[in-house]
Amino acid sequence: MQTEATKHPVRFVTLVFLAVSTAACGGGESPPDAGASDTPETPATSANSGLTADELEYGIGPIRDLVLGDLDPAMADAGAEIFAIKCSACHKMGERYVGPDLSTVTEQRVPEYVMNMILNPEEMVERHPVAKALFAEFNYTPMANQQLTEEDARAVFEYLRRVGAEDPGAQN
Amino acid sequence: MTNSRIRLAMLVAAVAFAGAFTYACQTSSGPAAGAGDAASEVYVAPGEHDEFYAFMSGGFSGNVTVHGLPSGRLIKTIAVFSQYPENGWGYSEETKDMLRTSFGLIPWDDSHHPQLSQTDGIPDGRWLFINGNNTPRVARVDLSKFETEEIIEIPNSGGNHASPFITPNSEYVIASTRFSVPIPQADVPIATFKENFSGTLTFIRADQPGEMDIAFQIHVPGFDYDIAHSGRQVSDGWAFFTTYNTEQEHTLLEVNASQADKDFVAAVNWRRAETCVAEGAGSVVPGQYVHNVMGEDRIGRSELKNSVRMIEPADCSDMIYFLPTPKSPHGVDVDPTGEYIVAGGKLATTIPVHSFSKMIDAIANEQFETVIDGIPVLEYEAVLAGEVQEPGLGPLHTEFDADGNAYTSMFISSEVVKWRLGTWEVLDRQEAYYSTGHLMIPGGDSSQPFGKYVVALNKITKDRYLPTGPELAHSAQLIDISGDNMRLLLDFPTMGEPHYAQGLPAELVTANQVQMFDLTENTNPYATLTEADARIERDGSTVHVYMTTIRSHFAPDNIEGIMVGDTVLFHVTNLEQDWDVPHGFAVIGARNSELLVMPGETRTLRWVPQRVGVFPFYCTDFCSALHQEMQGYIRVSERGSNPTIAYGTGG
Repeated sequence: MQTEATKHPVRFVTLVFLAVSTAACGGGESPPDAGASDTPETPATSANSGLTADELEYGIGPIRDLVLGDLDPAMADAGAEIFAIKCSACHKMGERYVGPDLSTVTEQRVPEYVMNMILNPEEMVERHPVAKALFAEFNYTPMANQQLTEEDARAVFEYLRRVGAEDPGAQN
Repeated sequence: MTNSRIRLAMLVAAVAFAGAFTYACQTSSGPAAGAGDAASEVYVAPGEHDEFYAFMSGGFSGNVTVHGLPSGRLIKTIAVFSQYPENGWGYSEETKDMLRTSFGLIPWDDSHHPQLSQTDGIPDGRWLFINGNNTPRVARVDLSKFETEEIIEIPNSGGNHASPFITPNSEYVIASTRFSVPIPQADVPIATFKENFSGTLTFIRADQPGEMDIAFQIHVPGFDYDIAHSGRQVSDGWAFFTTYNTEQEHTLLEVNASQADKDFVAAVNWRRAETCVAEGAGSVVPGQYVHNVMGEDRIGRSELKNSVRMIEPADCSDMIYFLPTPKSPHGVDVDPTGEYIVAGGKLATTIPVHSFSKMIDAIANEQFETVIDGIPVLEYEAVLAGEVQEPGLGPLHTEFDADGNAYTSMFISSEVVKWRLGTWEVLDRQEAYYSTGHLMIPGGDSSQPFGKYVVALNKITKDRYLPTGPELAHSAQLIDISGDNMRLLLDFPTMGEPHYAQGLPAELVTANQVQMFDLTENTNPYATLTEADARIERDGSTVHVYMTTIRSHFAPDNIEGIMVGDTVLFHVTNLEQDWDVPHGFAVIGARNSELLVMPGETRTLRWVPQRVGVFPFYCTDFCSALHQEMQGYIRVSERGSNPTIAYGTGG
C-alpha cells in the first residue's frame, strides 16, 4: 500500500510544494532544494542537524507552504474518525500516553511539521532534532507510519486544530 | 504368480541394487563442487534480491518452502496442509476450518507437486497449487500474500499423487488415485483387488478463486496412477497420466508390480470429456468432500459436498487411450511445443518419447493392440517418437529448456542427463549428490521455459552437509544450463522432502505483493478498530476479549473476571498500518499455538484456563525497542465465583 502523496495532492498546496513533493517522492536522496528553480542561494542549514532551514521549520516530508483557511468542521469530523482508528491507540487528548498529548500540538508546531510527522515519521525521528528528542523522551517507541494519505493527514490536522481551539488550556 | 517370475523380478531388483551400490562407491570420492567461479555466480549481495522464486513442495512437512535462486536462500515457509504453530495456521479460529475434511480436521499432509497458475501455457505468478497426497486434497496459494486461500478434498480417491498438474489456462488442476480402492468404498477382501478395486482421474475447476470444484471424475481400471502433466500448444486439451501396477497386485508391489514389460501412459482428452459432461454423460455418484475457502473477511469456511459426476470410458467415446510405456513409468513430461510426451520408465533402459501427432494418427487409424475396460490400447510403435538409448539408470523426470533440450533425472545412477529432442542423442551428464528425484527448470514444464538453471531435488543427503544426527535436511543442487555443458554451482538444504518444484522470474510475483491489510476494510465480526473499543464481553461461559495491538502494548493488558473452565476467545486486531509490523500473542497454557497477526488483521485464539491464578500473556514477535514491555496479565478465579469483569490499559 502506498500513500496517495503524488496521486491526490490536496487542493490548498502551492505549485512550489508540488514540485518539492514530486522530487522528494521520486528521488529519495534529492538535494533539499530540488525543484525550487528560483532559489539560487545555498539553503541555510543547522550545523548540528544537517537539515535545511525549511526542514527545521516545516519538518522533513512532502508538506510545505500550507495555507490555512477558516476551520473546516466537516474536514475536522473526517479527521476525528481517522484519528480514532489510526492514531488513538497511542495518543490521547489532554494526557501523555504512549505518545505525546496532542491537544495543543497545533499551537506548538506549524501545520507542515505536524503533517510531515504523520506522513514521514521514520525519517523525522531519525533526522529532525525536535522529533529525535521526543523519540528519546518517549522511550524510543516508534511513531508508527499508519499510511495516511496527504488528504487524511490534512484532515487529522484539522481535527487537532479544532481540539486545540476547544481546549486552549491543556499542556503537553 | 509363478516362482520363476518371482526369481526374475528379484534378479532385476538385485541388478538395480548392485548398480546403485557401485555408483555410490564411485561418487563418494567425486568432485565436491563445480567450477572455481561458481561462488560468484550464486552470490547475491546483501540487500540484493534473487532473480527467481523457487517454490519447493514440502513433502512430509505438508507445506511449501520458497527459496530464491540462484542463492538457494530459504525466504518463506507457506503453511498449507499442516498446522503451523509459528503463525497459528490451522490453530486460530479463523484458519482451523481450512484443514477440515470429510474426516474432520486433518492437521497434516504429504505435499508433492506444486504447480504455478498459467495463462496461455506460461506461468503467470497469480497462484500456486499443490496436492495433499495422503488425505486427497488440492490447495491454492495466493502469491500476492503467500497464503493458502483454498483447499478442496478429492472424493473417491486414495493417494492423490498425480496432482495438481495444471492445464494451460488454469482451467483445471487434475488429481488421481495413486492407490486404487473400492469405488464406492466397500468392505471387501483385499484379495479381491482385481474385481473390486478401481481408480479415478479427477478434473477440478481452478480458474475462479474461491470456486474450485470437482468438475468430473473419470472411472478407470484399478492401476496405480502415478504422475501427470497436461498437454500444451498442439496437445492443449489433453492430459497424460503414468500408470504402474497394471498387474493389479495388492501385496509386495516392489516385486509383483514390476513384472510387465510395459505399463501405460493414459492420455485423456479433457475437452472431449467436457463435451460429454455437458451432454449429460455419466452419472452423479456419492462422494463426500469438503471445500474450504478463506473469505475476503479473512475467515476460512468449510462446505461439505456429497456427490460428484462420474464418467465411465464407455459413456464418452474418444475420451481416453492407453499408450504402452516401459516399465513402471514414473514421470510424464510434455515438451514446450506439446508434441513430445516423455515418460520416465524407472526400471527401463531407455527413455521412451511418445509423439502427440502420431498418437492422433494412430487413434484415427484405430491402431489398437487391445481394449481394457473400454479403453483402447494404442500400438507402442505407432505412437513412439523415439527412445533415448542408454541414458543412465532409473530415469524419473524430465524438464525442458527453450532450445529443444531435455534434462532427465536418473535416480539410480544419480545424475542429470541432457539430451536432444528429435535426435534423442545424449549431450551431457552431470553427477548429482545423491539420487535425484524431480528436476526443476524455471518454467521448465510450461510453454516458455525461462531456463538458466536446473535444480536437482535429491532424495539422499548423506555427507553433503555437517552431520545432524540420523535425520538430515534434503539436498538440492543448482546446476547452470546456460552453456553446452551443465555446471554444478551450489548445494542448498531444503525442508521436508521436496518432490517437485516450480520456478519463475521474481518480477512476475513481486509486482502484486500485498504488504498489509487495510484496517478500515477489516470485516472480521470480532475486529476492534480502535483502542477505545477494546473490551470484554461474557456470554455464558464464553468470554470474548476484543483486544488491540500497536507498538508496543495490548489493549486491554489487565484482564479480570475470568473463571476456570471458561472458553476465552482472544480476538486480537493489529492496528498497525505499516509493512512488516506483525504482532504476536501468546498466553501461558494455551493448548494450541500462538497467533501472529498481520497489520490490519484480526486473529482469534481459544484459551480455556485450567487453574486459578494470574497468568501472563505477551507479544512474541519483536516489534520495537519496547517489545519486552508488550505484556499483560489475565486473572483467573474459581469456577462459580462470578467475579466482576474488569479490564484496562494504562491509567
